[in-house]
Amino acid sequence: MLFTSYGFIAFMAAVLVLYYLLPKVCQWPLLLVASLAFYAIADWRYLFFIVFTAASAYLIALKLESIEARRKAILAQSPDMTKEEKKALKARHKAAQWRWLLLALFLELGVLAVTKYTNFVLENLGKLFRDGRFHAIDMIVPMGISFYTFQTVSYVIDVYRGKQTAQRSFLKLLLFVSFFPQLVQGPISRYGDLSKTLYGPHPYDGKAVSFGLTRVLWGYFKKVVLADRIITAVTALIADTAQYTGTYVFVAMLFYAFELYCDFTGGIDITIGLAEAMGIRVAENFNLPYFSKNIKEYWNRWHITMGTWFTDYIFYPISVSKPMLKLSKWSRDHLGKAIGKRVTVYLSCFAVWLATGIWHGAAWNFVVWGLMNFVVIMASQELEPLYAKFHARFHVKGKAPYEVFQVVRTILLMSVIRMFDCYRDVPMTFKMVGTMFTRFNVHVLWDGSLLALGLTGADYGVLIAGFFIVLGVSLYKARRGSVREALYRKPRAALYGVMAALALVIVIFGAYGVGYDSSQFIYNQF
Amino acid sequence: MDTLLSILRSIHPEVDFELCDTLIDDSILDSLDIIAIISEINAQMDVTIPPEEIVPENFNSAEALWDLIERLEDE
Repeated sequence: MLFTSYGFIAFMAAVLVLYYLLPKVCQWPLLLVASLAFYAIADWRYLFFIVFTAASAYLIALKLESIEARRKAILAQSPDMTKEEKKALKARHKAAQWRWLLLALFLELGVLAVTKYTNFVLENLGKLFRDGRFHAIDMIVPMGISFYTFQTVSYVIDVYRGKQTAQRSFLKLLLFVSFFPQLVQGPISRYGDLSKTLYGPHPYDGKAVSFGLTRVLWGYFKKVVLADRIITAVTALIADTAQYTGTYVFVAMLFYAFELYCDFTGGIDITIGLAEAMGIRVAENFNLPYFSKNIKEYWNRWHITMGTWFTDYIFYPISVSKPMLKLSKWSRDHLGKAIGKRVTVYLSCFAVWLATGIWHGAAWNFVVWGLMNFVVIMASQELEPLYAKFHARFHVKGKAPYEVFQVVRTILLMSVIRMFDCYRDVPMTFKMVGTMFTRFNVHVLWDGSLLALGLTGADYGVLIAGFFIVLGVSLYKARRGSVREALYRKPRAALYGVMAALALVIVIFGAYGVGYDSSQFIYNQF
Repeated sequence: MDTLLSILRSIHPEVDFELCDTLIDDSILDSLDIIAIISEINAQMDVTIPPEEIVPENFNSAEALWDLIERLEDE
């Protein structure tokens, strides 16, 4: 059931109405039933995977907590323990917890690895040996498995680290893992954040409902009117790599950047808006990413929950691990302070970006995409002293034209790297990007060639208007804050008027066409 | 504390670490800086900061970081 299907809209409306009609004690059980039904409608077999992941996390988190409780009980019973004895006790219990944590990671990441990456491994073995022994097999890849697995893993690790108490109710934990608005494309919530509001009770709040629904409509506008319209041109441009070279590739790159932004942020707006309408606070996943002045800032603003997940659960643990610190010390002693300081950061960043690439998909283009991000981030890190000299020499830092240049540079850089995601083939991506600099057919921008990509002049008109609306809202948000709050301060008709206008625009300008079947959200596949 | 201040200054010479208590909140330190600091602390002070202690409260000021180091030395 796609977010953009009529079925989902009816499902969402029914859940929302029941949510406030039923007694408040029924709110979270209703969400659990709705979430499992949502998942079962997609494929009932998916339920086994998600219940297995939730159950293993539930049991192991309780075990982790009981080990820590036992340590505290021993400490309470032995007030005369020396510092060394306390240290030894802690080490013993930590080792036991570590073994349970490893089991949890093995079970949860194991399911993810087997379902999502078996065919990738088999296909590559097949290419390597060419003797027919290895070939892809028919596998179920449960919808949203990358998202809910990461969410579950973070829960278990947080319990292990003592940052989180274990959830006593299995059904409540299952709701955290399967909460339907965020099941298929995130955000990747942390238990400590989401659980504060997930289980209610939530009395009806008119402001929260109208704010939430406005955001849902804004999400649908970006997805159905803009992303689902421009995808026609993007698909055409990518499909014919013989014809669409040079400037066409540049156009595909910018169109895809706009499509991905509208698609992913639109989907997240629907998720967060729907949750908000039910009084549930889901973590923000974007903070005006296309206003970033460098790639590091971009990754702090784009898919935020994924970035913080990799930072907290991969980057920091690897960076401060004993072998890494030993390596850092060794490098400092043998290769010099400058290299010693960099070794940890470089190796940890490499691991994070490799993992980020693999997380996005079981294909080489995603691996290369991840490593390209690593190279650019490290290069910009190394060039920082040079930038500082440049800024000091020319006094450009903080000046509007230079900031615009930085923003445009970041957008172009990210868009080029994203071409690996676009063409889904590493050599082909390099070849097509290369044609941007070798084939000069800039005339296609004005000679009507762009009208042969499946979009009419009217479609381009809608896209241009939509672009300026999105840009205007983003600029307002960056300078003055929440647009919805601003509307709410005006007579109530203003907010309702905007909601009605958005709904009308979605109905009239949504890219439906004959035999409408909305495109899947790009991030659903991850 | 002097060693810690000299580590911090070697990473961000432009910041007044004795006064600033919003190093994380104001995005003065990013994740790469934090790892560089932890690595230096380990090398120069022989204190290992575990991943669960890498939270904004422990890195928002030199004082908070010093408290963390003392606590870890004590454990």
